Formats: sequence, structure tokens, C-alpha cells
Amino acid sequence: MSESKPMRERPMSPFMIGPYYRPQLTSMLSITHRGTGVALCGGALLFAWWLYALAAGPASYATFETLARSLVGKLVIAGFVFGLVYHMLNGIRHMLWDTGWGLDLKTTYATGYVVMVGSVAITALCLYCAFANGGA
Amino acid sequence: MGMRHPIAEVRGLGSAKEGTGHWIVQRVNSIALLPLTIWFLYSALTVLGQGYADARAFVAQPLNATLLAAFALTTFHHAQLGLQVVIEDYVHLRWLELASQLLVKYVGWFAMLLCLLAIIRITLGG
Repeated sequence: MSESKPMRERPMSPFMIGPYYRPQLTSMLSITHRGTGVALCGGALLFAWWLYALAAGPASYATFETLARSLVGKLVIAGFVFGLVYHMLNGIRHMLWDTGWGLDLKTTYATGYVVMVGSVAITALCLYCAFANGGA
Repeated sequence: MGMRHPIAEVRGLGSAKEGTGHWIVQRVNSIALLPLTIWFLYSALTVLGQGYADARAFVAQPLNATLLAAFALTTFHHAQLGLQVVIEDYVHLRWLELASQLLVKYVGWFAMLLCLLAIIRITLGG
């Protein structure tokens, strides 16, 4: 690692959120991908907690279940499912871009709307099935 | 400007020449996560609605145990790869950046081990 500093401040383009750019579907979906990604790291820790509680025995699993079935628990699960579905659908969009497909403005917007509507619809379906089964 | 030669000032500030590797690993990882995540979402929402005994039986089933372990490994690796880039982008204080990168790696490894040992313990009926 070098201790040296650049000889002068290099120019940076402004951050996508702020006074410099008008909000656009593309940039909003992009930052949501990051946001859900970071939030899902917390979700992954909850997944680890679930497995730990299950391995530790009935008492610790009962604590987990009580919290998971509370209102806050249900909201966290709903957020977790939405984050997972959104990040997955937009991840597919990213992988299609990696192949060179869909990079023109029209297709980018079209796939963007598919991700937006699709993630809300699939999340609603998942949660409806889960909660209707007396679960989660 | 000091007494040092200009080349000494810029050395170490350029490309680390490993970005492509990170990019490829992230894609290989993501493709694996697609089917694993769909399976996990369906399974988790089903299992969460059942009790302790059913959840234990679900994890103890060999194929489920394998898929859960694969999901845990791939997920925590993915999380580390993603958070690494977010930290590189937004944390510009050098010591804080290094500390965050280390923390992300260690917490990820710890949680990954926690998952794997829990799965093994449940599989062996402990």
C-alpha cells in the first residue's frame, strides 16, 4: 500500500441522487438494486439466526417463532421477500446486459417496468400463499 | 511537490489488475443463486408456517440439507462480493474502508460457519 496522494484532486462525476440529476427510472432501479443488496445482507444474517435457533433446540426456536410471527416479524419477512425477489429479477436484467442484450434505452425501460411490476406481484403472491397457509 | 520522483507518487494508485476476476466470480456465483434462491424462497415460506419438529425434519432431509448448505455458502460469498464493491465506492477514509472490508469478511465467514454447523448438527440429529 502506498502512502502517496494524487498530485491534484481528480474530477468526479456527481452522485446519481442529489441536485445534479433528474430522478430517472433507470437510476432509481439501480440504487434500489444496491439498497436491496445491502438490506439482504441483514436478511442473510436472519437466515443464519433461523438455522442456529433450529439447531439450538425447541426453546430457542420458540423465541425465533414468536418474533417471526409478531407484526414486526411479519413486516421484516415481507421486506426480506421483496428484497430477494427484486434483487433476483433485476439481477437477471443485469446478466442479460452482460451478454450485450437490452442495452438500448427502449429495452432498458421496458425491462425496468417488468422488474418493478414483477417484483411487487411475485412478492404479493409469495406472501399471500405463506400467510394464507397460517404460516410465517 | 516533494523530492520524490513523480513515478513514486502514483505507484500503487492504479489498477490492482484483479477486477476481472471479481467480476467473473460474481457472475458464476449469481447464476448459481438463481435456482437456489427460488428453491429457498418457496421452502422457507413453507417451513416457517410449520413448527419445530417439521422444520427439523425438513433440514435433516439429505437433499434439503445439501441445498441449504449450498445456498448459505453462495449467499454469504455473494454478500461479501457485493458489500466489498459498495464499500469501495462510498467509504473513502482509508482506515475505515479497510476495517469495513475486514469486518464484512469475518462476519460473513462466521455466519457461513454458523449455518453449516447448524445444518450438520440437525442432519446428525444432535
